[in-house]
Amino acid sequence: MQKKIAVSMRGITKRFGSVVANNSVDLDVYQGEILAVLGENGCGKTTLMNMLAGIYYPDEGQIFVDGREVVIRSPKDAYALKIGMVHQHFKLVDLFTASENVVLGLKEEGRYNLKKVNEQVAEIAEKYGFHIEPQKRIYDMSVSEKQTVEIIKMLYRGADILILDEPTAVLTPQEITRLFDVLRRMKADGKSIIIITHKLHEVLSVSDRVAILRKGERVGTVETAQTSESELTEMMVGKKVSLNIERNAPVNASPRLLVRGLTTKSEDGRSAVRDVSFTVNGGEIFGIAGIAGSGQKELLEAIAGLQPVESGEIEFINPKKDRPVTFYHKSLKRVVELADKNAFHDGEGKPVSFKGMTRAEIRRRVNHGDVLFREDEVLSLRDKTPLQIRSLGIHLSFVPEDRLGMGLVGGMGITDNMMLRSYRKGHAGFVDRKKPRRQAEEIIRELEVITPGVNVPVRRLSGGNIQKVLLGREIAFTPKLLMAAYPVRGLDINSSYIIYNLLNRQKKNGVAVIFVGEDLDVLLELCDRIMVINSGAVTGIVDARTATKEEIGLLMTKTDDTAKENA
Amino acid sequence: MSIWVNFLIDSLAFGATFMYGSTGEILSEKAGQLNLGIPGVMCMGGAGGCLVLNLIGKSSLPGFLIVLLGILGSFVMGLLMGLIYSFLTVSLRANQNVTGLAMTTFGVGLMKVIMAKMDDTVYLVGPKQLYRWPFAGRTDALQYLGVMFFLAVIIALAASYVLFRTKVGLHLRAVGESPATADAMGVNVSRYKYCASCIGCGIAGLGGFYYIIDYMASTEAYKSLEGLGWLSVALVIFALWRPHRTIIGSTVFGFLFSCSSYISNLSWITVTMATKPLLKMLPYLFTILVLIFTSIRKKREDQPPQSLGLPYFREDR
Amino acid sequence: MNEKKNATANEPLIHLSKRESISIVKSWLIRLAAIVLGLVVCGLVAYILSDKLRSGKKTIFDFYHSFLVKGSFSTSRKMWKFFKNMAVLQCISLAVTPAFRMQFWNTGAEGQTLMGVWGAIAVAFYLGGKVPAALLLVLMLAAALLCGALWALLPAIFKAKWNTNETLFTLMMNYVAANVVSYFLVVWVPSGSSSLGKLPFGRLPSVVHDYFLIIVVAFVLTIATFVYLNYSKHGYEISVVGTSVRTAQYSGMNVKKIIIRTMIVSGLLCGLTGYLIAAGLDQSITTESVGGQGFTAIMVSWLAHFNPLSMLLTSGLITLLNQGAAQISQDFNVSGAFPDVIVGIILFFIIGSEFFINYKVKLRRRARAVRKEDIK
Repeated sequence: MQKKIAVSMRGITKRFGSVVANNSVDLDVYQGEILAVLGENGCGKTTLMNMLAGIYYPDEGQIFVDGREVVIRSPKDAYALKIGMVHQHFKLVDLFTASENVVLGLKEEGRYNLKKVNEQVAEIAEKYGFHIEPQKRIYDMSVSEKQTVEIIKMLYRGADILILDEPTAVLTPQEITRLFDVLRRMKADGKSIIIITHKLHEVLSVSDRVAILRKGERVGTVETAQTSESELTEMMVGKKVSLNIERNAPVNASPRLLVRGLTTKSEDGRSAVRDVSFTVNGGEIFGIAGIAGSGQKELLEAIAGLQPVESGEIEFINPKKDRPVTFYHKSLKRVVELADKNAFHDGEGKPVSFKGMTRAEIRRRVNHGDVLFREDEVLSLRDKTPLQIRSLGIHLSFVPEDRLGMGLVGGMGITDNMMLRSYRKGHAGFVDRKKPRRQAEEIIRELEVITPGVNVPVRRLSGGNIQKVLLGREIAFTPKLLMAAYPVRGLDINSSYIIYNLLNRQKKNGVAVIFVGEDLDVLLELCDRIMVINSGAVTGIVDARTATKEEIGLLMTKTDDTAKENA
Repeated sequence: MSIWVNFLIDSLAFGATFMYGSTGEILSEKAGQLNLGIPGVMCMGGAGGCLVLNLIGKSSLPGFLIVLLGILGSFVMGLLMGLIYSFLTVSLRANQNVTGLAMTTFGVGLMKVIMAKMDDTVYLVGPKQLYRWPFAGRTDALQYLGVMFFLAVIIALAASYVLFRTKVGLHLRAVGESPATADAMGVNVSRYKYCASCIGCGIAGLGGFYYIIDYMASTEAYKSLEGLGWLSVALVIFALWRPHRTIIGSTVFGFLFSCSSYISNLSWITVTMATKPLLKMLPYLFTILVLIFTSIRKKREDQPPQSLGLPYFREDR
Repeated sequence: MNEKKNATANEPLIHLSKRESISIVKSWLIRLAAIVLGLVVCGLVAYILSDKLRSGKKTIFDFYHSFLVKGSFSTSRKMWKFFKNMAVLQCISLAVTPAFRMQFWNTGAEGQTLMGVWGAIAVAFYLGGKVPAALLLVLMLAAALLCGALWALLPAIFKAKWNTNETLFTLMMNYVAANVVSYFLVVWVPSGSSSLGKLPFGRLPSVVHDYFLIIVVAFVLTIATFVYLNYSKHGYEISVVGTSVRTAQYSGMNVKKIIIRTMIVSGLLCGLTGYLIAAGLDQSITTESVGGQGFTAIMVSWLAHFNPLSMLLTSGLITLLNQGAAQISQDFNVSGAFPDVIVGIILFFIIGSEFFINYKVKLRRRARAVRKEDIK
């Protein structure tokens, strides 16, 4: 059977300022198929689809639906053409119920009858196998429920062409399976489905054809049945990339951060982090895996002093260098007492004992200078503000997930952003811009930040360069503990590798690195140990060298009860 | 009638001024438009109605038509002010606070210019009795409950119905909560913002007209209108963005604002001249207390619309 | 071909995009064009309102002459008055600016300044003649600063603690202040006339000219505020809090402290302005002592993009308009409220012009392209 073309795009170009997001892209979608639009983060997939959905308007090019040229100038036009899109950031009104969100924007004859809508929503859900409560308010819903509302919203409008932007990013493997079943049922119903993704195995498991985008241009379209993961990767990134991320064995690993039974204060009866315990060592990269929104953000913020703590302990161990014992500080009697308690060691780390030695011999030995003691400083971070933490002399760096909303000030240049860390120095009440400026120039040079100048607002830089500035600043602070939340999100492969290298260099320097990631492959290759959390609780800590992806996936979806049983 | 019943009725009548102002402002704010120009709009609404009456006040038109045309005139003038506001804040995406304040400067000034030029024997003396229907001619406080008082109650109830029981209301609230969502769902954000602001301003304009022609029915009334405009803005918060609650809220405000003149009538309380300003301070202090109280008690449904005061530009990334 | 034509007809008429940057010259040209357009509309409005213009007794040239030249610069008295008015407006605008940079919408400058006036006058009223003149002036200053700061502090505390809406809180405080003043007027002037005559005490010495000192203070304050906002640690903190509270917390700033401190600075500056009005100009007080300048200052500050130096231009412009319009209402027989109308109209145009500075407007680019094809 010859398949009919549902939509075709010809020569679509879209620019944002001086950035070309899409350059003369052609794309065809058939009826009753699942088309995957594949590409790296930032390759213009979402922008391209937004033009089908009426969010953006193309600068050049034509769009044909059922063979007729159309102009899609608003989402409304898209609906009229039976095109519906489920965005990555859900477009739902939090305060409304599922049904209210479904009818939002529709113009129907007759009275506004929510009861009827509730019934119709339930009907659609049944037809394709969704689970939904029509009268539940959005702010009470889980991510998966919200996605369901989004899809039903499109189906309620009679969408025949359904676009899903990264639909699996926030779902558990089980939820993904369920979603794919629904998609296949819709396909059988004759609908065209486009999924935007950068995950290869999903492409292979659900799609019929794959269109690959690279740097805003279409590289090619292939039949899923006749392709392989390696071919797709090659088309996506342009050249074969070895996924090997450098990983060395931790050196001199000693505990740096101790978290015991940490529970954050709840806002509405639910703590985002519940009874979490773990230890991070200096000289290792400690990964944290979990579905987005499982409490990763709150955990890091609690450590950084930005999130109120309900109960539990956070301790930072400030390593001190070995120091020789002297009689200046302690009497001979006290020295002997302490030696009996194994408090001292020699240059090679072996414990020192004075058993059977005379007072003169002990005195000689101590004065010789090779009786050493080490006093690790244990500092509690709980209930401390970021400033108090810093004044304790703790070098804690934090690269937050929200780069421009938290880590940096978008409207300021690189120099002024450097000052976020250091502006308190400087004379009297005035700020010193000279040193931050030098630091900014150093980061630009060393991390190859592409910017028109140190004073250009960082908001105007690309995602990768913004991240380099942020990470560069945090590393310039010579941290002993570095926490990075999703540091490669939205970055291209090259920038990602620069970030991995930076983290590895820190690890080599003995820094304790916490890496919160979403891509399991990266976590498994980069980290030494991985802690998995699910809805705020730890479900397991695994050795990244031996763990498998399936194992972690399972831990990510484990519910509280099963976690407790296993513990 | 006892002094207290008089007092209550007077508070109701006085409150209708705020009822109009707040209902209008709620419509606007529910669409995300924080209009600080309401005092100016109310003034211009008053001027608009009086302008029409200045033309027809001594004509031989039937009474109800004079009443109707006056109301229409003030509504249209408010609407025109709303149009200026929406054009600047929606089409040109200007800062809502600054635009609102400029509207107040402009509206209050222009009203004073217009009112000073008009002949009160034409626009006020004759028509004011018409607006007192159905209680015209009575000597007790009931005379203050004229046709425009009832109109205020009806409009407040109707606004609540539209906002919370119809699809138009659903769309409008969506625009105020999350314009990006509403836009993605095919709601014409700009059109809703325009309509809500303009109709809201039209309704607020009626408040100014009511105050001049009915409640105060004096040539000096327009000079005290601006302060009442600000109280209307405050009442929106007291009513927690629900128009029907402005009916109670405005009565309380009316009570507080006019109690200074009533208490001084009581023989058993000694009120000196100096106490009056302190009593007049009460509604403002009360508003501050309500503000503080609602901010401490953070209830999801009682919070301001989420996009209040923010301009919307679709291609913002 | 036919289909193509339809498609173009359906295209959006106007296409908008955000500007990445704009040259300073171009942005000021756009503003200037807006002001000129506004002036033309003002002329039209005046034509409608003034019988003298319509009957031809005066020409439109007379109108603009009165407006732009005669009102502010025709005599040295008017010029001094122009600079005095501008100085007072500039001071209040400077006062609201630190709070605005922090995205704290202080609409209460009117009340804060009025309380400053009140504080100074109260000291002069009770202590005038009882303490040495110099000491009296110092005490008046202290009282003015205290009152201004207190009036700003209250909303700031609630904003910091419970995120109470500051726009409405500060707005309400204006009317509380007005009623405080009218209460004391009744207490101070028992006759019931409620107008306090010029007090014989607490007058700032006149140097060069009665207004000279105020103008100098305004100029010094402008420089000081500019330095404070751009080169001090406090200024840096204000900018960060204004852009993102989360970032401020992240970098270890105590946001609550900064909000309260900045509002105290705002209140102190308002109090100082109140002192200048009380001791330097009026030596008396009414509920209208500030005369709405607290609100005008908000617009002056915003139009200058919260830059103290640009504020010299915007406060000068508003003062010029106000005085010119007052001159017109005198010369052309229109109501005393006319300046408000004029200022309102021009403000509308300047506010609107900001759009053309921030956005690029494209008109149906492709329509023309298609027509070219048709010709071929």
